[in-house]
Amino acid sequence: MGSYVPNTLKERDEMLKEAGYTSFEDMFSCIPDEVKLKEPLNLPSGLSEMEVARKMEELADKNTVFKSIFRGAGAYDHFIPAIVNSVISKEEFLTAYTPYQAEISQGILQSIFEFQTMICELTGMDVANASHYDGATAAAETIPMCIDRKHKTAYVSATTHPGVVKVMQTYCFGSNTKLVVIPSKDGLTDMDALQDALDKDPEAACFYLQQPNFYGSFEDAEAIGEIVHAHGAKFVMGVNPIALAIMKSPRECGADIAVGDGQPLGMPISYGGPYVGFMAATSAMMRKLPGRIVGETTDNDGNRAYVLTLQAREQHIRREKASSNICSNQDLCALTASVYMAAMGAEGMAEAARQCMAKAQYLRDELKTAGLYPVFHGPFFNEFVTNCPVDDGKLLDALAKEGILGGLPIADGSILWCVTEKNTKADIDKLVAIVKEITGKGGLSYESNF
Amino acid sequence: MNLIFEIGKEGRGLSLLPKCDVPQTDLPEKFKRTTKLHLPQLSENEISRHYTKLAGRTHGVNDGFYPLGSCTMKYNPKVNEFAASLKGFTRLHPLQEEKYAQGALEVIQMTENSLAEILGMDSFTLQPAAGAHGEFTGLLLIKSYHTDRGDTKRTKIIVPDSAHGTNPASAAMCGYEVISIPSAEDGCVDLDALRDAVGEDTAGLMLTNPNTVGLFDKNILEITKIVHEAGGLCYYDGANLNAVMGQARPGDMGFDCVHVNLHKTFSTPHGGGGPGSGPVGCKAFLADFLPGARVTGTPEEGLKLVGAPKSMGLVKEFYGNFLVVVKALAYILTLGKEGIPEASANAVLNANYMRVKLSKKYEMAYDTTCMHEFVMDLAELKHRTGVSALDVAKGLLDYGIHPPTMYFPLIVHEALMVEPCETEPREVMDEAIEALLELYDTAEKDPEYLHGAPHKAVIGRPDELGAARNPVVRYTFED
Repeated sequence: MGSYVPNTLKERDEMLKEAGYTSFEDMFSCIPDEVKLKEPLNLPSGLSEMEVARKMEELADKNTVFKSIFRGAGAYDHFIPAIVNSVISKEEFLTAYTPYQAEISQGILQSIFEFQTMICELTGMDVANASHYDGATAAAETIPMCIDRKHKTAYVSATTHPGVVKVMQTYCFGSNTKLVVIPSKDGLTDMDALQDALDKDPEAACFYLQQPNFYGSFEDAEAIGEIVHAHGAKFVMGVNPIALAIMKSPRECGADIAVGDGQPLGMPISYGGPYVGFMAATSAMMRKLPGRIVGETTDNDGNRAYVLTLQAREQHIRREKASSNICSNQDLCALTASVYMAAMGAEGMAEAARQCMAKAQYLRDELKTAGLYPVFHGPFFNEFVTNCPVDDGKLLDALAKEGILGGLPIADGSILWCVTEKNTKADIDKLVAIVKEITGKGGLSYESNF
Repeated sequence: MNLIFEIGKEGRGLSLLPKCDVPQTDLPEKFKRTTKLHLPQLSENEISRHYTKLAGRTHGVNDGFYPLGSCTMKYNPKVNEFAASLKGFTRLHPLQEEKYAQGALEVIQMTENSLAEILGMDSFTLQPAAGAHGEFTGLLLIKSYHTDRGDTKRTKIIVPDSAHGTNPASAAMCGYEVISIPSAEDGCVDLDALRDAVGEDTAGLMLTNPNTVGLFDKNILEITKIVHEAGGLCYYDGANLNAVMGQARPGDMGFDCVHVNLHKTFSTPHGGGGPGSGPVGCKAFLADFLPGARVTGTPEEGLKLVGAPKSMGLVKEFYGNFLVVVKALAYILTLGKEGIPEASANAVLNANYMRVKLSKKYEMAYDTTCMHEFVMDLAELKHRTGVSALDVAKGLLDYGIHPPTMYFPLIVHEALMVEPCETEPREVMDEAIEALLELYDTAEKDPEYLHGAPHKAVIGRPDELGAARNPVVRYTFED
């Protein structure tokens, strides 16, 4: 069996005696007999490291690892520079806890300060927190920031990722907040419906818009922001951080709060986690932000120093008056994002974003020749929806056989495709050739030596 | 040292991406970014050195003793990291079809089943990303249960005054009124206060056992019975599970739902504050309300994901912090049925060993057998010498030891809470005991020295008040 207890049996005996006990049983007499376990746990015996490694490899091997991935919907397969993994494997970063003791945690505190700065730069906002569990929980936690006695209803666009909407709904079930979903029209937020809904509700608190939206399309965020503000509500945007390198920032669109999932910034897709949420706001909303925030100050010798700050907002001070219970952050993931952004730089991120867009456009054009036509028609980033004239399961299986994870089937026989800078033209051509085989379009037969 | 924005030069960078191999496209003007994006412009060498410097200004479990009470800073085994780095896990899309993710579903199922056995529960969800997130999920289970029964008058959650701040905050997030009950003199639940507090409006009780002062509450069966008889449910905060795993189970103590911290008890690294994982378990009658997709079936016939019939929804995207779960499973497989009680027994032994040796000088808040952690009360020392718990903690920094948790629980005013964990060799604890005893003497002889501590850290005490009064929360670029 495996064990990480260093002290030998002899040492344990000595320590028991020195602590005044005759045995472990004697020490545990503080646990009443009625609740003590009578039988050993019904678990297998422990294993050696070699056996554990083998078992975990066996489990990993039962999964299919696709050579190329054309599926996004909240998990994006971007290129990850080698320096990222090298930095985040450093044991100091990996094994430390929340930096409560500033004097021996300057490294982590400074890295969070740098992360906050980079998130502010991306979003155009004044202040960012130290990070959140993921994009969906960050989105959900913007609602209590906007609720007060006069503003009680939260709104979200139907073009938002359905998982994000569901997390918001679950959080609102908790806080007894009314959350209204504004319908979509042609793959975009129905602005008339939004206008109508807000006209009828003097207590609107906030509206959440995802940009680019779940279908990959760019929304007219500025115009939507104006409608929201005209009704005295807060405008909250959920954004893709890679797109922000080239896309109008939430600040430029008039947002009060910007959130998003930082997974595209150097995190592998990892079956859904860990990822990282980011949250930034205008300075007017700084004291409403949940979570940790690092601030710059000086030490008793006047040296620059970093500390956790504005803690009067937080659960350990406010307890039952707190509007959020978060007391950690996804620090190692925030560090991942920082190293990614430092390695890519503004130009590298913009190039990645441009390639995502160009390659998505190329796939979309090529799929038309295979009989898969776009469902929506406005400008889009790296995701788009097509119809699917054949059984989507059959199509996806044919792609999977050749090591390709195809797009995600979404409601009513359509597919949401995603392309990143990692997908080469050859990958795309191969995908399209297989699709043609299945749809019977184009006459070109696919050869597996592509 | 410099911020990352203060190094590098315009035009530096890495060569990472190939040229685009398809025709370029352009974003319509309307959607184009017009403000400059300032990000570092550095060579790879500069990035590497910058973060190596930052790592040198950080204290992790690998650097030395980290007896931070209630945080269970145990050693983070490397085989766990190996498992979590396997391509078969990292390159897995969360929305790939079940038939292509059978190994991942098996990881989830094995972990859920193991946790259910260790905690004495029937079902688990791995969605919550942290302990506080688990508390929130657990309370939503309680809320779902009462709502489903149409029992809407249950609006109150009872929380002892010794609880972690997240407990009342989680209850508030679930729309509950928090009833704080005082602890009895021995630090345990005051049964009379509890009896007075429960009623038709009681939704539930949140409790840790061992409690936040490190004691096992002997009346636990009576406590859960009082709450159940009033129609409420009992929630177990698993923050202190490392003391009892394999010795006693919350499910056998009368708890209906629990959360556990994989980043504490199950050895996954804390990562400077995350990613953690806070799975939530429950008895069968609550399982229908669990969030997210549930793994069903057997590996032989094929595992499937199915939503629970009355699911509360989702508390996070996808299936939680999956790679953290992978690490925890590797740990559970390593320890097995013998290693799990061995770990808790040694966690408790190490704590009592330190407690007895330190009580030569330090006053203990509760002078009796503790579980995996104990609380020292420095009120008398402070009264006599002016040296506070904070001063002693800062003094400890100069010994290369991470200080215990300070000023928690709130019911002990000059508290230092020590949790050594089972993974520490005896001599490391002996050195820490020596250091703490020496600091006690220093407090008596030279209190000024400790008021000025630390003396050897990379910075002195930071001006926290100034930071809050004049918040500087980002770097400002000149252009």
